[in-house]
Amino acid sequence: MRRSIRRLFGGGSGNSDDARPDGGTVTTGRKSALALDGEFVQSLPFWVPPALLVGLFVYGAIGWNVLISLTDWSGLGQPDYGSLDLSMYARLVSDQSFIAAFRNTLVLLVAFTLASLLVGLAVAILIDRGIRFENGFRTVYLLPMSLSFVVTAIFWSWMYNPQVGVINEFLRAVGLGALAQQWISDPRFKLWAVIFALMWQFSGYCMVVYLAGLRAIPTEQYEAAKVDGASTVRMYRRVIIPQLRASTTSAAVVLMVFALKAFDFLFVLFGDTPGPAADILSVMMFREAFSTTNWAYGSAIATVLFALALGVIAPYLFVQYRRGEL
Amino acid sequence: MAATDAPGAPASGSDGDPTDDRSFADRLRATGARRIALYAALVALVAFYLSPLESGLMTAFKTQDAFFRTTPFAPPPPGGFTVEPWFEAFDRLSTGLINSALLAVPATVLSALLGSLAAYGLTNVDWRGQIAVLLLFVAGVFIPYQAVLVPLTRFWTIVDLPSLLSAFPPLAAKAGIIELIVTHVAYGIPITTVLFRAFYSTLDDEMLEAARLDGASTFRIYRRIVLPLSGPIFAVTLIYQFTQIWNDLLFALVLISDPNDQVVTLALNTLKGSMVQQYNLQMAGAFVAALPTLLVYVLFGEQFAEGVAGES
Repeated sequence: MRRSIRRLFGGGSGNSDDARPDGGTVTTGRKSALALDGEFVQSLPFWVPPALLVGLFVYGAIGWNVLISLTDWSGLGQPDYGSLDLSMYARLVSDQSFIAAFRNTLVLLVAFTLASLLVGLAVAILIDRGIRFENGFRTVYLLPMSLSFVVTAIFWSWMYNPQVGVINEFLRAVGLGALAQQWISDPRFKLWAVIFALMWQFSGYCMVVYLAGLRAIPTEQYEAAKVDGASTVRMYRRVIIPQLRASTTSAAVVLMVFALKAFDFLFVLFGDTPGPAADILSVMMFREAFSTTNWAYGSAIATVLFALALGVIAPYLFVQYRRGEL
Repeated sequence: MAATDAPGAPASGSDGDPTDDRSFADRLRATGARRIALYAALVALVAFYLSPLESGLMTAFKTQDAFFRTTPFAPPPPGGFTVEPWFEAFDRLSTGLINSALLAVPATVLSALLGSLAAYGLTNVDWRGQIAVLLLFVAGVFIPYQAVLVPLTRFWTIVDLPSLLSAFPPLAAKAGIIELIVTHVAYGIPITTVLFRAFYSTLDDEMLEAARLDGASTFRIYRRIVLPLSGPIFAVTLIYQFTQIWNDLLFALVLISDPNDQVVTLALNTLKGSMVQQYNLQMAGAFVAALPTLLVYVLFGEQFAEGVAGES
């Protein structure tokens, strides 16, 4: 049981073994593709019902969403599928609030992903130094991941309170009171305040992924680096971190896709109008569709979000597929 | 246990060179200083990760007057202690807590079960083309829900669940929750399938083959061999899914209109919006709403970690 969990743990986060440079070799425990058709028929009752649900709710809905984005449906009526055109997309291009939201989404995607990966890596390396109470520390660092964004948004709105929030109190306590800001109402800092709080919540996840990657590196490599007289910093930079590419990739994909769909946290903090400084596509989509009932326009924004997500996951899944790691 | 087999553990004294006492002592001292720095960094990180929870917890026990006068992470001052916010928060969220439980428990169990079945059919039963079907499941993990939100509401408008269920009044009364259950099950299947597949592909093929040669049917192999071995991965999947479903706001926001069907995240968001200056009530509410997932996390942290790691 222990061993199989380990394998899952390592395999799930793409450990370094998977990154073998022998490209095309498909390494699976499955039997040859030449199986009896009887097997196919017998497998149907197991996967068809779930596949129908996924097909309808995921893929059917995505197609339907694209279709709606081609209509001009708004208000209380029903979509008219008779006249389809790209007018909603034309409207997007000239909409200043869409351009602002698009830019903010990209800033969030890049900054949040980089920050979470870097902090997660640093924490994983600290944890991996053979410390005591490792489980305790790990449990604390991952704890924010178990909380709802509604809960963490409430905590952080209190953290960022300009008068008595922990952030400003801390800055004043260490003599940096001049840096105290209206973190979540000042347009200059809003988005960064969100990014920092989300980093707080997700860096524990990155730590888990990196830790699995670190644990998959054979001990001999640490020994060899030590024998060569490499300093600890050098050992990590030259030997260890380059082997964590697979962990970085899979964590980055999850973080980027999350950044695209991040909604709950911003919605609880700002409602459906975060203002141009912190508006992102997922919030804008909700506002257009569900607050102002511009359904077709909201669907068009959703299609853009889907295309962005596809741009992140398609190359990743393709590479996974080629390596036979699905 | 993990600490002992961790690579790169600095010498703990025993493997220093005992013939050179001086350098050994020096090294020990240098190691000691580095160890202290290491633990200092780890403790600082603990403070960083826990400070929002700690200041929230302290604030929840302070009176309105006290929390504006004191530092947020300090304990309540004399005379400023109160448990009133907890009772009020619980009172306001109790309907939401019940609805969230009615939603999260069945949705979690169903999505795990369907994921287990799908993963078995796509992993341990061999047939051509299963990778293509699997790819659609895996891609489903990464779909931004915004891309399905408008059709989803349209779907549940067209499929009029309350009138479909009118023959069963108790179910019809909770139609909103049932819509949410079906929705969460459908969008949960991709991740549960991925989690189960990672586990099932490690199962011993020869064992399953032997059972097949003995004439056991595909269903019998699942029921008698695969399912009994799935305990650990069911734990991981159930814990992961429970946390996800309990914590979700977006689906509830667009699907729930009846206040009687409010789940706890919705109720908490309403509470935040209506009690803008009552931070003690907000914090107590946040803890009340988070309590089930916190409890699950504290009890099953290891499984939760495996769940989130398996997402990638």
